[in-house]
Amino acid sequence: MKRTTARTRAVISGVALVSATLLLTACGTSGGGDTKAEAPTKLGDTEGAISILAWPGYVEDGSNDPTVDWVTPFVEETGCKVTTKTFGTSDEAFSLMKTGDYDVVSASGDASLRLVAAGEVAPVNTDLIENYDGIYDFLKMREWNSVDGVSYGIPHGYGANLLMYNTEEVTPAPTSWDVVFDKSGDYAGKVTAYDSPIYIADAALYLMKHQPDLGIENPYALDADQLAASVDLLKEQRANIGEYWSDYLKEIQAFETGDSVVGTSWQVIKNSLAEGTPAEAILPEEGATGWSDTWMISSKAKNPNCAYAWLDYIASPEANATATGYFGEAPSSQAACEFRTDCESYHAGDEEYASQIWYWTTPIADCVDGRTDVTCTDYSEWTSAWQEIKG
Amino acid sequence: MTTTSTTPPVRAAVAPPRATPARKGSAILSRHPRLRLGLLLSAPLVWLGLVYIVALVALLITAFWSVDSFTGEISQTWTLDNIIEVVTGSLYQTVTLRTVGVALAVTVIDIVIALPVAFFMAKVASPRMQRILVIAVLTPLWASYLVKAYAWRSVLSQDGILNWLVTPLGGSTPGYGLPAVIITLSYLWLPYVILPIYAGLDRVPDSLLEASGDLGGKTWSTLRLIVLPIIWPAIIAGSIFAFSLSLGDYITVNIVGGANQMLGNLVYTNVGAANNLPLAAAIALIPIVIIFGYLALVRRTGALDNL
Repeated sequence: MKRTTARTRAVISGVALVSATLLLTACGTSGGGDTKAEAPTKLGDTEGAISILAWPGYVEDGSNDPTVDWVTPFVEETGCKVTTKTFGTSDEAFSLMKTGDYDVVSASGDASLRLVAAGEVAPVNTDLIENYDGIYDFLKMREWNSVDGVSYGIPHGYGANLLMYNTEEVTPAPTSWDVVFDKSGDYAGKVTAYDSPIYIADAALYLMKHQPDLGIENPYALDADQLAASVDLLKEQRANIGEYWSDYLKEIQAFETGDSVVGTSWQVIKNSLAEGTPAEAILPEEGATGWSDTWMISSKAKNPNCAYAWLDYIASPEANATATGYFGEAPSSQAACEFRTDCESYHAGDEEYASQIWYWTTPIADCVDGRTDVTCTDYSEWTSAWQEIKG
Repeated sequence: MTTTSTTPPVRAAVAPPRATPARKGSAILSRHPRLRLGLLLSAPLVWLGLVYIVALVALLITAFWSVDSFTGEISQTWTLDNIIEVVTGSLYQTVTLRTVGVALAVTVIDIVIALPVAFFMAKVASPRMQRILVIAVLTPLWASYLVKAYAWRSVLSQDGILNWLVTPLGGSTPGYGLPAVIITLSYLWLPYVILPIYAGLDRVPDSLLEASGDLGGKTWSTLRLIVLPIIWPAIIAGSIFAFSLSLGDYITVNIVGGANQMLGNLVYTNVGAANNLPLAAAIALIPIVIIFGYLALVRRTGALDNL
């Protein structure tokens, strides 16, 4: 009996050793990612298939809800058969894109620059996209969808991270983010916040307006001191947080039951609250952070022509209206509002409103506000800071 | 009676078997028992090796790598940074203590609840009742883990049923936080603790209890001196389930834990949000070390020998 065990152990360790060696060699040969792809100047025939990586609710083919389907018209129009994979967070999207299995991706600003830097996405020649002209100018060529004047994708839709509050519990009605920062003690245990490192930008935005001495110009370009100040503010807030949310259904439920009474929210959450929930969502006087998603094309795309066809299709007024309307965000063009009745509640095309939104941008070491005398904190520092804040 | 005049054709008593490859193979196998055993076990052993051992080794190796913060590529230069950070970082110490605390609380609560329930099932209930109770204990396992966790989320909410029940008595719901996590996990893992203890108690012969009673043993001395030593391994088995399952949990704490995080959440954010697989691997080693420590401790008590 003793001998058999020894032998078994030897076999197992042998197998383990061999596999570990294989693993090491396999990993050792991969790497790099410096493929700088060029944008095409003209398009060919469509390939007949396309693989899309998208946020849930961005690519609906009727399999979730038979009445919600804007993929079938695309397939009929272009002959590109669509396969979709959804992701839950920007970071998941980033890891999935690295596999090279997807032709296009809907990237939020906290992923887009990383994708460009890692060489995972290719420049996009917007001249080849007919519907690009109709897109709001304030969404084009921004720091989250272009690098050095080269476009890396087309806008999909946008929205703000609003301040939502329970109108019965939170009085007087707030006009500033101070109810979740300096005055959050009044609602201890019932404050909520978005559960992601990118939420640090919300604190930075607040400090930008209330502590000008810190010299914050852009909430996504924080040097070490500015980050430390934001982290301190968030640590104070942490004591009064009831829960953080990243799943918006959880946020809806928490406001309906009264477990959360004030905190960050999205317009779609406000719109989805059960009838009679005493809640209001506002854009506070400091402005807000927000997102503007970008359709990007993989640098390893197997179906580039279908990818361009998809970018053009999703920017077309009717498809864009259906997709953004279903998700609950403002569309990317004024023409899309003809197909929607709720453009007003999302402030679509309201430049004044849009200018108060600081869209999610990946924090990187080269300060995105243009400062060159300091090194900014990058996303990985934000991530460890965020874990530190949550404790 | 008539006799037949025809004689049957002469045949050999047993025809020599044709030497097909299958036959040859089986002849070899029958002569070599070790080869037989080896072939029988190799498939499951390779599976075990690949799925458990190699996965663990790969995890261990990854912990010694680092990741390029911007491009997210893993670089295979050997470094102890992750291990050092995990061992010395105050964040990891706090979260580890919190996680172990929750796991211990869940284990103790589950054992305290499971002992009387299992004793009733094994020694008091009629055979019919016994079967019904076993089914009743097993039923919650048929429902999804997520459904049960979300059910507790609404039970513990401000306008949930718990608050409604205890408000007249002057209490209130603990709300979302660590107490909620302990309650929910205790509920989730209870069947895994009741079943082994029930099986252990079932093996205690009634005659022993009667003998103890005949010799003047009081209820408590009988339980302490006769029953407890016999079912000790079963209690340990149950505790291993409750402890290790709680140690690795990160979904329940997400649903009812309010703003708290446990070790599993740190692993999850480092794989998902931070895309820092090496650090996640280093953090994942903490529960592994704790569980190995716990098993070593249990082994010293001798409880594992009887499992």
